[in-house]
Amino acid sequence: MEYSEIMVRYGELSTKGKNRRIFINQLAKNVRHSLHDFPEVKIHADRDRMHLILNGVEYKDIKARLLPIFGIQNFSPALQIEKDLSSLKKAVQEQMREIYQEGQTFKINTRRSDHKYAYDTNQLNQILGDAVLECLPTIKVQMKNPDIKVLVEIRQESAYISCETINGAGGLPVGSSGKGMLMLSGGIDSPVAGYLSMKRGVEIEAVHFASPPYTSEKALLKAMDLTVKLTPYVGKIQFIEVPFTEIQEEIKQKVPSGYLMTVTRRMMMRITDILRKQRRGLAIINGESLGQVASQTLPSMVAINDVTVTPVIRPVVSMDKLEIIDIANAIDTFNLSIQPYEDCCTIFAPPQPKTKPKLEKVREYEKYLQVDELIVRAVAGIKITEIKTGQSYLNSAVAEFEDFL
Amino acid sequence: MIYFDNSATTAISPSALDTYIKTSQRIFGNPSSLHELGEQADRLLQQSRKQIASLLDVKANEIFFTSGGTEGDNWVIKGTAFEKKTFGKHILISAIEHPAVSESCLQLSKLGFEVEYIPVDESGFVRVGQLEQQIRPDTILVSVMAVNNEIGSIQPIAAISQLLRKYPTIHFHVDAVQAIGKIPRKEWLTSRVDFATFSAHKFHGPKGIGFIYWKEGRKLASLISGGGQESGQRSGTENVPGIVAMAKAARLLLEDEEKKQLKEAAIRAYLADSLQKFDKVVLFSSETKNYAPHILLFALRGVRGEVLVHSFEAKEIIISTTSACSSKKKGSSSTLRAMGVSENLATSAVRISLDETSTMSDAEQFMFVFKQLYRKFLVING
Repeated sequence: MEYSEIMVRYGELSTKGKNRRIFINQLAKNVRHSLHDFPEVKIHADRDRMHLILNGVEYKDIKARLLPIFGIQNFSPALQIEKDLSSLKKAVQEQMREIYQEGQTFKINTRRSDHKYAYDTNQLNQILGDAVLECLPTIKVQMKNPDIKVLVEIRQESAYISCETINGAGGLPVGSSGKGMLMLSGGIDSPVAGYLSMKRGVEIEAVHFASPPYTSEKALLKAMDLTVKLTPYVGKIQFIEVPFTEIQEEIKQKVPSGYLMTVTRRMMMRITDILRKQRRGLAIINGESLGQVASQTLPSMVAINDVTVTPVIRPVVSMDKLEIIDIANAIDTFNLSIQPYEDCCTIFAPPQPKTKPKLEKVREYEKYLQVDELIVRAVAGIKITEIKTGQSYLNSAVAEFEDFL
Repeated sequence: MIYFDNSATTAISPSALDTYIKTSQRIFGNPSSLHELGEQADRLLQQSRKQIASLLDVKANEIFFTSGGTEGDNWVIKGTAFEKKTFGKHILISAIEHPAVSESCLQLSKLGFEVEYIPVDESGFVRVGQLEQQIRPDTILVSVMAVNNEIGSIQPIAAISQLLRKYPTIHFHVDAVQAIGKIPRKEWLTSRVDFATFSAHKFHGPKGIGFIYWKEGRKLASLISGGGQESGQRSGTENVPGIVAMAKAARLLLEDEEKKQLKEAAIRAYLADSLQKFDKVVLFSSETKNYAPHILLFALRGVRGEVLVHSFEAKEIIISTTSACSSKKKGSSSTLRAMGVSENLATSAVRISLDETSTMSDAEQFMFVFKQLYRKFLVING
């Protein structure tokens, strides 16, 4: 059975009033982007639904690409058939025979835009329902929550039937809410934070702080691989590597050990904010959550957040660690996140960081640093990499050693 | 020269050699080193492991590198014995195992383990029914090779696997050194096989390198302690060039596997048919079914094996008297003895072993020389 098109239903978009067009256009753009290597597939984004005309492309290839795209409530593959009654009956029977499992219930749901068609929707529901009962005598009809809902559409050019509805990723199309800078360390939380903000339509750019030789090359590659894991939802993500060694060395020399972490995070926040401004972002996103360790207390958050008025989105702030891990597993970042490479949050970690840093003290200690100069130098040294779906950084060995193996 | 002694060893393939040289020159770091040279070697090592694992359709963490088939066999046999001695000391091996297995067991028997041999029939096949009767509650290991190195008989690994499903605690080891690339994988690596041994130089890889398959979840004591390489199970700086060249050779070996096997089988069938026409020839593995496509063992009555080997050698055709490991020692094939072949006939046995580069015209040339030698010895022996 070869599907001829896929009908995509929008999620929350339907309620968005005037902004609707923007959302739909963004979603169409994202879908087009995700299907860039299938130029045959034609995308028609209508007010209520999007139709993907497959033109011979395999449905399952497209299905895999649609599943992670935010803004899609669900979608159904559909079969294009002749409009005459006997073709319709035959197609419905064939489809049902293929998917029916003992004990399931069904209903036929007909729509028609061709109002000149000989039968109206009620008649069609009945005729086609009878056809199904005829070929599957044990099946039962059920109007409310049937197991199988057969959608039949009579349009001008031909008829379409569809028996399967696949749930999409929900959420809002990435980009429809603007852009934010994700502070991506390499731990478990920040990739999850990135994922959750994309789910609400935020386009992200990843900011990663690297302090070689204190941090290893592998920590950087790991952060890039984590970014790769976030690309299926958007196609590509800009990865910004910030040279952070000088700043960390300065802090280590000049700031009392209990405040190392707080000052380090403030510097990160400042740099991220400057990058945000440069790159026209609207928010900063990080993986902070409320907990017991030093960086996770409210006083600590106050002391760090003090450097900016930009909204800081903390999607995992109220989640339990286990909840975060569940999502990390679902988006396949967990196993990568737990790879033990030192990142800039773990080096120079003082034995006893202040769990309740005082704002005045932090400000006082920072006077010993040439904050602005340090930041200018760091920002001048950033390296931007465009990260695309399917790339691999930590295990780039496949290509590296191709002529050996 | 026609080289018909591929079960003893094979010539390294030019591309595996190229890999060996390239790796030795460019990727010479120690995989355990922190610096990039070491990292690079480690990446290459892990990539090789992955490649071999995927060729065998197993997990990368189930592949452990060794110095070759003998170490692999020693490791599995002794490692199992040391690991499981508190559960039992009874070990069953076939009567026709390679010395790497049988001698390891002999050593264990001096340490208080009880080794019993599973007999083979007159055609060289393990009797599964007999094996079932030999299993005891304290049996810890069953080791049966997949393809016998001397006569090429394919042992019933699938049937033994079926039997051993009833005894899930027994370690099942398969020496697959002669089997990989020669017979389909399902005949030497079933889901019941816990360990399997492989050696690179039998498939055009370098010498001094091999690997074992070690099923996840099984336990094995390690024999070589030290720096904790191979997940702590087999210490010693990894032979990176050997491993990489082996991974490459393995890939090439299994490319078009079936086609190569059919070709070798056809040559073998031709040789068997042709030899059978001579009165004084005894074929030990005449039929094609149940014998590996690359090994043919026969005897010319009244002519000692080594005489035939040297006579062929004078005509630049290389064959051998049974296995290389025993051919320079006194005594005849242990496999033939186990099959009940008379000592007299066994000393006349010679082995032809083919590889995928062997051709029908090589075989025809072999038969041409054989005819000459046959006539000559007929005259001499009267």
